[in-house]
Amino acid sequence: MTDLDTFRAETRAWLEENCPESMRTPMPERETPWGGRNADFPNPDTKIWLDRMASRGWTAPEWPAEYGGGGLSKDEARILQQEMSRINARTPLASFGLWMLGPALLEFASEEQKKKYLGEIVRGEIRWCQGYSEPGAGSDLAGLQTKAEDKGDHYLVNGQKVWTSYADQCDWIFCLVRTDSSVKHDGISFLLIDMNTPGVEARPIKLISGASPFCETFLTDVVVPKENLVGELNKGWTIAKRLLEHERTMISAMGMGGGGAASMGGMEAMAKENFGEDGDKIANPAIREAVTNHKMDHQAFALTLKRAADEAKAGQGMGAAASMFKYYGTELNKRRFELLLDVMGTQALGWEGEGFDARELSITRSWLRSKGNSIEGGTSEVQLNVIAKRVLGLPDA
Amino acid sequence: MALVLTEEQTMLRDMAKQFFTEQVPVTNLRKLRDEESADGYDKAVWQQIVELGFAGILIPEEQGGTGFGPIGLGIVMQEAGRTLAATPLYSTAILGAGLILAAGSDGQKAELLPQIAGGELLTALALEETAHHNPKQVAMTAAQDGDQIILSGQKNFVIDGHIADKLIVVARTSGAAGDANGLSMFLVDAKAKGVTVTRTHMVDSRNAAMVSFDKVSIPAHDALGPLGAAMAELESVLDLGRACIAAEMLGGIEAVFDTTLAYLKERKQFGVIIGTFQALKHRAAEMFCEVELCQSVVLDALSALDERRNDVPRAVSLAKARLGDAARLISNEGVQMHGGIGMTDAVDMGLYLKRARVQSQLLGDTNFHRSRYAELGGY
Repeated sequence: MTDLDTFRAETRAWLEENCPESMRTPMPERETPWGGRNADFPNPDTKIWLDRMASRGWTAPEWPAEYGGGGLSKDEARILQQEMSRINARTPLASFGLWMLGPALLEFASEEQKKKYLGEIVRGEIRWCQGYSEPGAGSDLAGLQTKAEDKGDHYLVNGQKVWTSYADQCDWIFCLVRTDSSVKHDGISFLLIDMNTPGVEARPIKLISGASPFCETFLTDVVVPKENLVGELNKGWTIAKRLLEHERTMISAMGMGGGGAASMGGMEAMAKENFGEDGDKIANPAIREAVTNHKMDHQAFALTLKRAADEAKAGQGMGAAASMFKYYGTELNKRRFELLLDVMGTQALGWEGEGFDARELSITRSWLRSKGNSIEGGTSEVQLNVIAKRVLGLPDA
Repeated sequence: MALVLTEEQTMLRDMAKQFFTEQVPVTNLRKLRDEESADGYDKAVWQQIVELGFAGILIPEEQGGTGFGPIGLGIVMQEAGRTLAATPLYSTAILGAGLILAAGSDGQKAELLPQIAGGELLTALALEETAHHNPKQVAMTAAQDGDQIILSGQKNFVIDGHIADKLIVVARTSGAAGDANGLSMFLVDAKAKGVTVTRTHMVDSRNAAMVSFDKVSIPAHDALGPLGAAMAELESVLDLGRACIAAEMLGGIEAVFDTTLAYLKERKQFGVIIGTFQALKHRAAEMFCEVELCQSVVLDALSALDERRNDVPRAVSLAKARLGDAARLISNEGVQMHGGIGMTDAVDMGLYLKRARVQSQLLGDTNFHRSRYAELGGY
């Protein structure tokens, strides 16, 4: 038996013993384990499962054990993932701290910062949000104006952030702030701010889908200790770019579609329900062609994600990966929902109440939400600029 | 299997790339065209290809080949596509060797495969009868007459038909056009009595022919595979051919994209490099994404063939359909982004554009394969 076989056997036994039965069922959205100071657990098993997994560092399997992570190798982490899938175990913790901030801290933060913040993230004690965009700095992110003035023993922060995900429910915010107004990219720093500090206020923004996943966050005379600066002063843009790559990779996965109602397998079945069958075929030839085209695009994209993963494993970099996947994945996702509207007709246009089932209503809201996918995390146009510049080497104007 | 090349396959690619770049550049095709070559291919180049082992790349070593399999074949075709190399690889090394390997008797294999690997035998597949690929629609008849078979009918778009020594003819021993059953394959000497081969001149300056069969009598033992049941073997080799053409198309679009990108970085208008214009940058970036997707679907189709996966037909149709669309987009953009010189014969863009349209029609265009993909998926 190899070490990995032993690891698999032990992991399987531990999961069998420690994963509560209700954590092996599909997760309703309201039970998503975001963690944080104000976390509520409508299902108490969610908390038990989080604590047990965090005690082994398995909410962040590959982070070093000294910072609370699992300290697993890539192979071990894959086995853990496989064993969790085997019993349909839910993810124990959903967190921007895990997905975005943590990897950046591991790379850029001081030893004290790693010790303080990474453990809190692993255990789901602190819920983080991202303070990047501003009303005047969207696609041109480096044009941000939120100012952090050096006041000797602290920074005084003033400004406004926008599109801060779930800021109204978060505990801390990682922010890009301007520490030098005489230069653009080289005047930006990366600062961590406790949302409980006086002067921080978050207001939810209502989207066209009716949901409010984002906020405006106002920062007025906020006092931030100097030790909350990550990396060097005025070198925050380097950290920001790295974080954006993590974010783009995360969002591009949406192109692969969620499970359930709107999943790929469902599209042709829905088309047959709505337009009838001619032999095995979708009876309406225009819809059949559109569905087929879409499924072929989807499969080509899935194969490209697989190839990128295989190449990464083989130690060959697939240059443009993050921007290309963000661009193609989000555009594909938007096309998918537009096609679902064509397939479902007026049944995809209900807002709430009688006449529409839960699946239909969920597709409608997801269609509206998908419009944001090609805007958030850098618009499609920005991704094309990034590919043109960094991959193709086309010159700036 | 991982969608990455092995070390051995990477070496093969590097060797093929160097060979086609140095020995068979695009000027080779221009020369054949401008000198109105009677053969339509360069015999010296073919001899080199034979010596490199590419002619027998599908054929096992014990029958004189190099046995690199479908991925190896695809790699060579991709590099050939990059320089528009006009060779009998498709007609002979892929379809000829493939069909004899799949359907031939032991005697046929022992006789013919070493000749193909050794460059002594050229073959051509006589399949199409209309302007659109559709194997089931074959109407040409093959009537049994004692121990003879009498072939009557007309074939078109027979690639390398006028240089082939042997034709592999698909004809009907029973059933009617539209039936999958009843098709048979025959090995017919190109010089047999009643066979008339007429070379056709296509836009891509590559070899194709019309072939008519006027009561051609051949011995029954020249059938390739059992009578009336050719469809399964034929389709499996057509899928190999389709994947290889998709690989060749991939090489073509990569060449067009690279050349166009280089032009965007060097051409100046309004006092600036035109590659600084966002209208062109975004189109270049979109083409880049398309090339990446094409690389994935081609490698997956070749891998499916290599591993004899049961989803070969779908993987192949995905690749052939996508490459058809991508080659149209990228060859058109290549001409457009080159501006005035793009529409002249002086630059190579037009050669790639013309070749892309012929490749797209070979063994089924995008519409054919999109429809097939849907049918195989049960919708």
